[in-house]
Amino acid sequence: MLRQLSLAVVLLSAASVHSDEISVAVAANFASPMQKIAAEFEKDSGHTIVASFGSTGKFYAQIKAGAPFEVLLAADDETPARLEREGEGVAGSRFTYAVGKLVLWSRREGFVDGKGEVLGRNDFHHLALANPRLAPYGAAGVQTLQALGLLEKLRPKFVTAESITQAYQFVASGNAELGFVALSQVYRDGRIAEGSGWIVPPQLHDPIRQDAVLLTRGRGRQGPTALLEYLRGEKATSIIKSFGYER
Amino acid sequence: MLNPSDLAAVWLTLKLAGTATAVLLLLGTPMAWWLARTRHWAKGVIGALVTLPLVLPPTVLGFYLLVLMGPDGMLGRLLAAGGLQPLPFTFAGLVVASVIYSLPFVVQPLQQAFEAIGEQPLEAAATLRANPWDTFFAVVVPLARPGFMTAGILGFAHTVGEFGVVLMIGGNIPGKTQVLSMAIYNHVEALEYEAAHRLAAGMLAFSFTVLLLLNALKPERVR
Repeated sequence: MLRQLSLAVVLLSAASVHSDEISVAVAANFASPMQKIAAEFEKDSGHTIVASFGSTGKFYAQIKAGAPFEVLLAADDETPARLEREGEGVAGSRFTYAVGKLVLWSRREGFVDGKGEVLGRNDFHHLALANPRLAPYGAAGVQTLQALGLLEKLRPKFVTAESITQAYQFVASGNAELGFVALSQVYRDGRIAEGSGWIVPPQLHDPIRQDAVLLTRGRGRQGPTALLEYLRGEKATSIIKSFGYER
Repeated sequence: MLNPSDLAAVWLTLKLAGTATAVLLLLGTPMAWWLARTRHWAKGVIGALVTLPLVLPPTVLGFYLLVLMGPDGMLGRLLAAGGLQPLPFTFAGLVVASVIYSLPFVVQPLQQAFEAIGEQPLEAAATLRANPWDTFFAVVVPLARPGFMTAGILGFAHTVGEFGVVLMIGGNIPGKTQVLSMAIYNHVEALEYEAAHRLAAGMLAFSFTVLLLLNALKPERVR
């Protein structure tokens, strides 16, 4: 009996060496691609992913307070850099896993033209965007308006969402006629699924780099390292691109 | 010490909480009176509906209000048909949302206060030929005063502390819909912890003082 039990313990612990349970904090805008990547990764590697989706600012505060995350997939490149500087991120583990694309989107067909000239016309009440202080997509929206010389004219029409998810909800519910959202939110199977949109040329704003970082809790563990490796791989890349991100 | 947009948020919060509390007391009093007095079969249904805002998480409640008030929503269409401005992203929209959100906190204490009065004072007033309005203002209101105080305090405090609902409905427009809780949240999310601490501490100190004063004013219940 005792021998069987100890055998079981040995087997169990051996199994746990090869299949880690990985705790990952994931930026909310990356939820859909992450679910798909996680399923593939679990199938290919035998590790299990426990993903929490949320805002990068909240994750930062939680990680500083000792949250048990091993990997952070942030919505920006600043937070991972900051965590690394402050000793919560493993030095040299940072890389850009996705580059976001900005789109000016309306749920109405034909409302947004292919050049974004709708911004110059004065036939809308509300322009939704994520808070530029908090969200890179919001900041990119402001930079775009600045580059077009429309920022001061349109500022009174701003409705600012706390996240890019909420900006999408403002537009999708029709309360704002149009707004700057992430292409990944409206892009399915290689095109904008509904409504009308203008994919903002990347030279009009700073690149929206989303960086990943290995956190100190995941240092030296097989699973987290394998996941970061997987994210750079071909399979993950093609999933990421299919959701409207660049690499 | 506070930057102008934070100050605007403080002022807006007080204005919102004050307006919402006034509307809540005006709406909540007849509702609570009806709930306290009626034997109608719908009493249980209405009572449950009034309590329902407590069940949904605030952001979810806010999301549904946004949909309801939107161009496709029932309320949004009704307002548009009446030639009125849409409610989301306006102060009026915040007031409507806050009233729905804080309704149970006002109706419940009032209902309990009304129920505690019982039949006798009302019958006594009736034998003195007081009409129902006289009875209400000369007998019920003074007897239910602690209930009104509690309802007002809870309604006000709950609106000051409200976050998820106004975040959804408001659109975070400085000076127009950006209330205090949102300003604090923005500071936290932007990792400006100093500014967040200052505002949060100010909000707590202010609220504590107001609650303390109101409690001191509250009459002891006569036994």
